[in-house]
Amino acid sequence: MTTAQTSKPSDPAIEVVGLRKSFGENEVLCGIDFRVDAGEVVCVIGPSGSGKSTLLRCVNMLERATVGSVTIEGIDILDPDTDIDAVRAKIGMVFQSFNLFPHLNVLRNLTIAQQRVLGRSKDEAERVARHNLERVGLDEKEQAYPAHLSGGQQQRVAIARALSMDPDMMLFDEPTSALDPELVGEVLAVMRSLAAEGMTMMVVTHEMGFAREVADRVVFMDAGLIVEQGAPDDVLGKPTHPRTREFLARVLDPTHVPVSEAPDDVRGGFPLPDREDSTPPKLDEHGH
Amino acid sequence: MIDGRPAPPAPAGHRRTLVRRTTRQRFVRLGFYALFVAIVVVVVAAADWERLGRSFFRWEIAQEQFPDIVVIAAKNTVVYTAIAFVGGLFLGLIFAIMKLSTILPYRWFATVYIEIFRGLPALLTIFTIAFVLPIALGVRVPGGAVGAGVVGLVLVAGAYMAETIRAGIQSVPKGQVEAARSLGMSPSRTMLSIVLPQAFRLIVPPLTNEFVLLIKDTSLLYIAGSSITTKELTTFARGEAAAASNATPLLVAGVLYLVITVPLTRLVAWLERRQGRAR
Repeated sequence: MTTAQTSKPSDPAIEVVGLRKSFGENEVLCGIDFRVDAGEVVCVIGPSGSGKSTLLRCVNMLERATVGSVTIEGIDILDPDTDIDAVRAKIGMVFQSFNLFPHLNVLRNLTIAQQRVLGRSKDEAERVARHNLERVGLDEKEQAYPAHLSGGQQQRVAIARALSMDPDMMLFDEPTSALDPELVGEVLAVMRSLAAEGMTMMVVTHEMGFAREVADRVVFMDAGLIVEQGAPDDVLGKPTHPRTREFLARVLDPTHVPVSEAPDDVRGGFPLPDREDSTPPKLDEHGH
Repeated sequence: MIDGRPAPPAPAGHRRTLVRRTTRQRFVRLGFYALFVAIVVVVVAAADWERLGRSFFRWEIAQEQFPDIVVIAAKNTVVYTAIAFVGGLFLGLIFAIMKLSTILPYRWFATVYIEIFRGLPALLTIFTIAFVLPIALGVRVPGGAVGAGVVGLVLVAGAYMAETIRAGIQSVPKGQVEAARSLGMSPSRTMLSIVLPQAFRLIVPPLTNEFVLLIKDTSLLYIAGSSITTKELTTFARGEAAAASNATPLLVAGVLYLVITVPLTRLVAWLERRQGRAR
């Protein structure tokens, strides 16, 4: 890190300006301005393919932005002189597929980066690890290997692994999407308590209940753009943009197909079949 | 299915057809087994055990081979194999990482190396390194002719292992690298602590195979020439067989090869089973 780039307390945790990201011909992010302040919990929602995971991955450079700037606590991470490893060590990341290290037991999963990256002693690393395992309620599992844990337990270990680096902020990339429904609650509970402790969090999620309850701000993305953002009760409760309304209607009622009432820009030129109405066929009449 | 004929159209008969077919299968299996036993019996009965014994197993010649065939020849085979394996593993790791590099010249160099030494017969490589290289470059390999031959073997082993290790590295999920990098680990730390330990677990079976092939490839070192003390098993046994005008030393050498390889493959199979339980 260069000396010119010392962070000030007034700097936002995450600031993204004019971000574009293309994979070959395909532009996934088409100009994003986005910020997360210290201590803020921001949930990013939107249909699949809207670019929300790519935005999250650009924040810690797992994807490199094509155009634009990404600043973490005042440090420009796209600057070639920035030590990206040092910046990443301050950003905890939780993946949809957990990505625990299968060849290491739970304790070692939590200590290896502390020792190798932060230079902590084995004793100190284990003390921190045990403290964080306790926070996620898995202090009895420190000798277990990831393959012997349930999905919910693995994700909680992954959260504890990220927390063990004492990060300034946490990124969650659809943390409950790979879980069986009955295991979602335990992971959300851990995230809820993290938010209550004042952790800065950026959460890409499909859990609308969680977003409404925990988020300070909800950001709705579609087709590579931020369509609407604001307080959860506004964005989720009385969305102003038709695309937000459409998305929320579909998420809350999966059978909902309001093609006839959708504005043209939602249909996006796809030759959708015209329907008389959006109500599902009444099966009772046929005795089913 | 063993026979392709349609089932007879028995009206009550789905069941009956099934019963018949099982019986037929049983007969076929019995037939194969009878054929197998018959072949073994015929070969055993037809072989001239008297002459075989005279040419391949003369007890007094077998006894004469000891202890030299063990303390010199078998020992040398093990030593050459170990050097070739460790050296090959080291080279293979370097070339595997070069082949996966983002830097184009590294990839080219690794590809050329792998294609050449995998494509050439090991015998030719050993010969070239043993005789041509010292003349061309004025290099003297420690250990003389055999030392140079072993270097050739290392180069061949390195080319094969590079491809095995590369496949192992690539089969570690991308998410593992992402998780390690997002914890702040550098690319080399990620490779060393996260990717390679997982890759090597996956490639233990092909590496064992490579080790066994190397044990047998040490027999090619005869082309480099050898003195009494540097002979490995095959060269030693061939010399003794010629001297005694009898093939017994070859049989003894064959048994010794198996004494080396079979416990090794059993050990690795055991390790794999143990590891399978642990995961």
